[in-house]
Amino acid sequence: MIRFEPREPASLQRLILIPVAAAIVALVLAAIPITAAGVNTFTAYGLMAKGAFGSMFAFTEMLTRAAPLILTGLAAAIAFRAKLWNIGAEGQLYAGALAAVAVGTGWIDAPAVVLLPLVILAGAAAGGLVMLGPTLLKTRLGVDEVVTTLLLNFVILLFVQMMLEGPMQDPMGMGWPQSEPMLDAATLPKLMSRMRIHGGLIIAFAAAIAIHILLKRTVWGFEIRAVGENASAAAHAGLPVKATFIRVGLLSGAMAGLAGVGEVAGLKGYLTADLSPGFGYSGIVVAMLAGLSPLGVVIAALFIASIFVGADSMSRATSVSNYLADLIVAMSLICVLISGLFLRFRIKFVKPRTNISQETQ
Amino acid sequence: MTTVSAAPIVLQLTQITKRFGSFAANEDVSLTLRRGEILALLGENGAGKTTLMNILFGHYVADEGNVEIAERTSGTLNALPAGQPNAALDAGIGMVHQHFTLAENLTALDNILLGTEKLSAMTSSRTAARQRLDDLMRRSGLTVDLDARISTLSVGEKQRVEILKALYRDARVLVLDEPTAVLTPQESDTLFETLKTLAAEGLAIIFISHKLDEVIAASHRIMVLRLGKKVADQPTEGSTKLQLAELMVGKSVPQSTRSEQAAGPLLLTLKQASAGEGRTALHAVDLELFSGEILGIAGVSGNGQATLARALSGLEPLTAGQLQLDGKDLSGSNARKMIDAGFARIPEDRHKDGIVGPMSVAENLTIETIRAPENQRFGFLKFGAIAERARQAIKAYDIRCQGDKAPARLLSGGNIQKIVLARTLDAAPKVVLAAQPSRGLDVGATADVHRRLLDARARGAGVILISEDLDELMRLSDRIAVIHRGHLSAAEKTETLDRSTLGLKMAGHGFHGDTGEAA
Repeated sequence: MIRFEPREPASLQRLILIPVAAAIVALVLAAIPITAAGVNTFTAYGLMAKGAFGSMFAFTEMLTRAAPLILTGLAAAIAFRAKLWNIGAEGQLYAGALAAVAVGTGWIDAPAVVLLPLVILAGAAAGGLVMLGPTLLKTRLGVDEVVTTLLLNFVILLFVQMMLEGPMQDPMGMGWPQSEPMLDAATLPKLMSRMRIHGGLIIAFAAAIAIHILLKRTVWGFEIRAVGENASAAAHAGLPVKATFIRVGLLSGAMAGLAGVGEVAGLKGYLTADLSPGFGYSGIVVAMLAGLSPLGVVIAALFIASIFVGADSMSRATSVSNYLADLIVAMSLICVLISGLFLRFRIKFVKPRTNISQETQ
Repeated sequence: MTTVSAAPIVLQLTQITKRFGSFAANEDVSLTLRRGEILALLGENGAGKTTLMNILFGHYVADEGNVEIAERTSGTLNALPAGQPNAALDAGIGMVHQHFTLAENLTALDNILLGTEKLSAMTSSRTAARQRLDDLMRRSGLTVDLDARISTLSVGEKQRVEILKALYRDARVLVLDEPTAVLTPQESDTLFETLKTLAAEGLAIIFISHKLDEVIAASHRIMVLRLGKKVADQPTEGSTKLQLAELMVGKSVPQSTRSEQAAGPLLLTLKQASAGEGRTALHAVDLELFSGEILGIAGVSGNGQATLARALSGLEPLTAGQLQLDGKDLSGSNARKMIDAGFARIPEDRHKDGIVGPMSVAENLTIETIRAPENQRFGFLKFGAIAERARQAIKAYDIRCQGDKAPARLLSGGNIQKIVLARTLDAAPKVVLAAQPSRGLDVGATADVHRRLLDARARGAGVILISEDLDELMRLSDRIAVIHRGHLSAAEKTETLDRSTLGLKMAGHGFHGDTGEAA
């Protein structure tokens, strides 16, 4: 007989231990399809580790991949903390990228000290504004934001394609649907020569720390936590529930917008409609793996980035498809969600017929 | 009573012990119930009454001890299989829960028949069922319109359907969990008459209660539980309220009563105020509250009290009329403005509206004033000051918790209420709105709440006390108004009122004439 006992709030060790255990279980489970593909599991994982950490190039590639994941992870984490279900980080990322391109491709001519902050601000503002609509619909009319944010992703992606094949198409692009390149003054600085790693990572780290401080130490953070944990009591206590949702919506969208800025102004240099391989959606996984903790988001994003980069590298050397990365990430998420049960309940195996059995049915 | 004590035993619980972790909800409790007997199970909240009944009904399995029920025909006692509600039902144990388990969109007849017919039966034999029910109703005096939808029935009628449901299943033991919590005094009297009739016919009845008056009025025997242990099992004859109260609480609790105090100037007025919609709406309510008085609002649950409380809390806008404090109009105010204007609001549902469970005791103590300069600077929280004041409040209000950082959800109901009291009353409010402030609290915590309200009154605050407990209202209030279907009667001095007049008003008598419109 198995029985569940509610437990006291989990200790910090347990909060850290459980996602780690979940990741390990996911890796163990992923061994099955690897073996089925005819590859030795240890070889495959060895190659993956090498692909993510084996050289300075591999390591910086992993960090480059982590930067947008940290930001979209933060977008999901802060929104989910307030129980504002923003599933639209993908669209907000593209909106941020589009705004960065609009500002940074020659429309404004200014030195980097002026232009770069403008590009960053424009991207953040665009992401935030995209999220403002669903948030207002939620607070004013009670429209479910899961639906509106999710569907806006497609609207925005199509809008970006329209712009890239119309007004914002690069006249020198030989007809490819891509934007003009960013000006040098609008480009995020490289962090290392001959590597792709860029200033977007610094923005991501700074954002994680800023949101950590916001949630832990400020009145706004207090209000976000209170609204998220019990909106009814927050309203009764006179907290500005609607204003909090709007603040959170703007902030969440801004984080996703910054992810878009990093990708165009740091990595690609111009905008195409395949800028993001689903960073917005992966951000949700990152946030859940991190237990919605802003600092945890950094670690979870690094983990997922190393899985993706490592799997890419491994699939080039073996017959295992790089879809394995998606599999591992998905299984880690499932394991973390299941392990949430272990955080809330103590599970005991008891023999029936002992004098302490207490099933409730 | 001699006939009862000689009657055959129907139900026997022997040395029941039930532990949740290290906490013993029931410890070595034995109980014998005879045919035709009404047993009152008395105890504070958390004394283990409901746990015991859940064991009887098979919802829980006892760690030790067993339940035996008499064979229908022979009368020999057989052990009831543990943990099987169906076995309990088949053996003839019927339960009427505090919150009814009726499908609102079905008729009374449908609800009674639900679950009694075989799935494989192609047709339902309504006519036979109806005949049996008519017969049952005639014998017991429980009359209900069998074809009425449950949603159209009053609370008292719904309860009758629940009892009929149990009787239809040939219940020999009927368990009622706090049956009078939702009834008017008159409805309660009718219920107890019915129970006595049923008992005279041979039904054995257990009713759970913490109201001493009804326990003494309606039972043959009283069993008192305290902290999971049986502390008394005695005939009702010769039991006194005082003695039972002491058995229940274990110590004598001094009850606060108000002292004479002249009311001060007019503080708060509601003029023709309406709010909300539907069954719980408030219609053109007039109310005056003076400084230094407690104004009681009596009424059966669901008659607009919640809307009144929400309107006075700034959570529900008035659709018509005015709300004024000290002559200043507050009609369109939100919760924030009401707090700033000097309202202390004690919500009816303290878990849902009173605290943010996962946040700490300190955070819950500060939540209403988090933006005040003593709690923040430039938007950053002053942790030291917040924790320091929380520790003072924990001491001053005797909040039992594992320190100011403990999550509030781990606290008991009484201590959660103390958090709410501490944060609202500490600001020396002008108006205190207390909605069902002692609901679900034990005697000690209730006394504490009462004392705080009286302290506020002595300090000159005006207190609005919304309650369903007439004893509480009559002891604390200077004046009492009755709310019925959203209409509020004129408040009258408590000295001029008695329970039966209030009861009649709670049932709606005299309202249509007073308000000049049909409810």
